[in-house]
Amino acid sequence: MSSNQAQSSLFPENLRKRKRFGQIIYFLLLSCVLIGIVSLLILLVRILFDGIDWLSWHFLTNFPSRHPEIAGMKSAIFGTIWTIALTGSFTVPIGIGAAIYLEEYSPKSWFTQIIEINISNLAGVPSIVYGLLGLALFVQWMSIGRSVLAGALTLALLVLPIVILAAREAIRAVPDSYRQASYALGSTKWQTQKYVVLPSAMPSILTGVILALSRAIGEAAPIIAISALVYLTFIPTNPLSRFTVMPIQIFNWVSRPQDEFRGLAAAGIIILLLILLGMNSFAIYLRNRYQKQSEE
Amino acid sequence: MENEMTQVTDKEISKNIIISARNLNVYYGNFRAVKDVNLDVKKNQVLSLIGPSGCGKSTVLRCFNRMNDLILSAEVEGSILYNGINLYSAEVDATEIRSSIGMVFQKPNPFPKSIYDNVAFGLRINGYQGDMDEAVEKSLKQAALWDEVKDRLKDSGLTLSGGQQQRLCIARTLAIEPDIILMDEPCSALDPIATLAIEELIRELITKYTIIIVTHNMQQAARVSDETAFLMVGEDRAGYLVETGDTQQIFTNPKEERTESYITGRFS
Repeated sequence: MSSNQAQSSLFPENLRKRKRFGQIIYFLLLSCVLIGIVSLLILLVRILFDGIDWLSWHFLTNFPSRHPEIAGMKSAIFGTIWTIALTGSFTVPIGIGAAIYLEEYSPKSWFTQIIEINISNLAGVPSIVYGLLGLALFVQWMSIGRSVLAGALTLALLVLPIVILAAREAIRAVPDSYRQASYALGSTKWQTQKYVVLPSAMPSILTGVILALSRAIGEAAPIIAISALVYLTFIPTNPLSRFTVMPIQIFNWVSRPQDEFRGLAAAGIIILLLILLGMNSFAIYLRNRYQKQSEE
Repeated sequence: MENEMTQVTDKEISKNIIISARNLNVYYGNFRAVKDVNLDVKKNQVLSLIGPSGCGKSTVLRCFNRMNDLILSAEVEGSILYNGINLYSAEVDATEIRSSIGMVFQKPNPFPKSIYDNVAFGLRINGYQGDMDEAVEKSLKQAALWDEVKDRLKDSGLTLSGGQQQRLCIARTLAIEPDIILMDEPCSALDPIATLAIEELIRELITKYTIIIVTHNMQQAARVSDETAFLMVGEDRAGYLVETGDTQQIFTNPKEERTESYITGRFS
C-alpha cells in the first residue's frame, strides 16, 4: 500500500481499515434483512408442515364441526369476503375523499392541523379499542346488531387512517407542475383533481388501500368484540347477517385441546395467507398497470 | 413615463393594446415582490420581460392569467386591463381568464398522458363540441410537431424529447385558442437546437397570437421580441420596471443607463 504513488502523504495509511469497516456495516445491514426473512420462512415452513394434510376441498366447502375430519371454514371464508368487500367500499371513497380534502382543499389553520395530527395518532390506536368502539357505536347505539355491517364499519374505522395517510402521501407526490398546467388550461379545481391529480396518484393510493385491507383481513380482536361467534353453520346472506371471520375461526381451533384442531388452524392460516398474498399481488399488478398507462 | 401612459387615449388602447398592467404591486405575505409596474402589450407582437434573477419578471407574467391566485400568500394590487375588463375585479373568474390567456412553463410539463390526450385536455375540460381529431391535428401542426408525432399519438407525452415536450405544451395551449400566450423562460431547459425551433415557432405564432415571454437570455429577447421591458431589483428587493420600448431601441439605444449596463453585461 505504501508503495502506491497515488496515496496522498497528507493522511495516515488507513484505507484498508476504512474499507474493512464498510464491510462490517454491509454484513450488519444484510443480517437485518435476513432476520425478517428467515423467521418468516421458518413460520411458513412450520405452518405448511402442520396444515398441508388438512387442506382439502371440503375444508373450504364445509361448515365448522366438532368432528375435525369433516370440519371446514366455509362460514369464515364467506364472512371474511363479505366483511372485506364492505370495509373496502366504505374505506376507499371516504379515505380518498378525506385525503383530497386535506391535501388540496383545506385551508392551513390550527383546526386542520389538529385533524392531521389526530389522523396520524389514530393509525396507532390498538385494534381492540376500535372493536369496543364499534360494539358501543354500531352494535348497540345504532342497533345494527352483531352483523357483517357492524364488523365492516368497525374495520373501516380501523384502517381509515392508514388509507388517508397513504392517499395523502400519494397526492403530495404528484408534481405541482401538473396542477399548474391544468389550471393554466382553464380547469376548475375539481377537474384538476379528477383528470390530473387522481390519475397520477392512483397507483400509490391503490397500493395503500390494498395493504390497509390486508391488515383488516387479519384482524381478530375487533371482530371478537363485535361478533364473538365462532360456530356458524350458515354464510351471510345480507349485510345484517351474523358472521364470523377467518382469524377468529383459526383462533378458536388453536385454543382447542385436541391436536387435530391445531392442524385445522394451520390449514386455515395457509388459506388466509394465500388470500393475503393474492391481494398483495393484485396491488402490485394494479400499480404496474396504472404506471404503464401513465408513463408509456 | 407616467405622463406617456395617461396621454394614451382609450381609442388608441382598443386599437393596438390588448392587455395592460396598471400600478401592479405583488406581495408575498409582507414582502413586496413587484412594485408599481405599468406595462402595455400590443396585439400580435412579442413582448419580452428581461432582468436579473429575482426582479419579479415571472411574478409579473403570472399576474396576467392570475396564476398567482394559486399561491396562498400572494396578493396582487392594481389592475390588469384586458379587452377593457379589469382581470382583478370581483366579477371576473380566474378560471375563465385562463382559457383566453394561455401559459407555457419553464420546464416542459406535459401530463403523463398520451400525446393526443395532452392536446385534447384543454378542449375536453372546457367542453369542446367540435371534431377533436381535427383540433388536435391543427394544434400540433401549428406547434410544428405534427410530422414528428403523427404516427405515435397514442404514446405518452413523456416519451418525447425535451424540445418536443415543450412544443407539445405549446400545442396544448394553442388548442384552446387563447388570445395571449404567456411563456415563462420556455427554453431554459432546452438545448440550442430545440431553443431555435421554439424561437422560430414564436415568430410564426405571432400572426395569430400575442405573446409575452420571460427570458434570461438577452440574445433570445433580441431575436424574438418586438418590444422589451427591462425590470430590476430595487434596494427594498422589490422588482420594478426600469424601461420598456422597442426591442431594437432597448438593445441599441436604451434611455436608462441601468438598462445599458445590464444589457452590456456590466452586472447581472
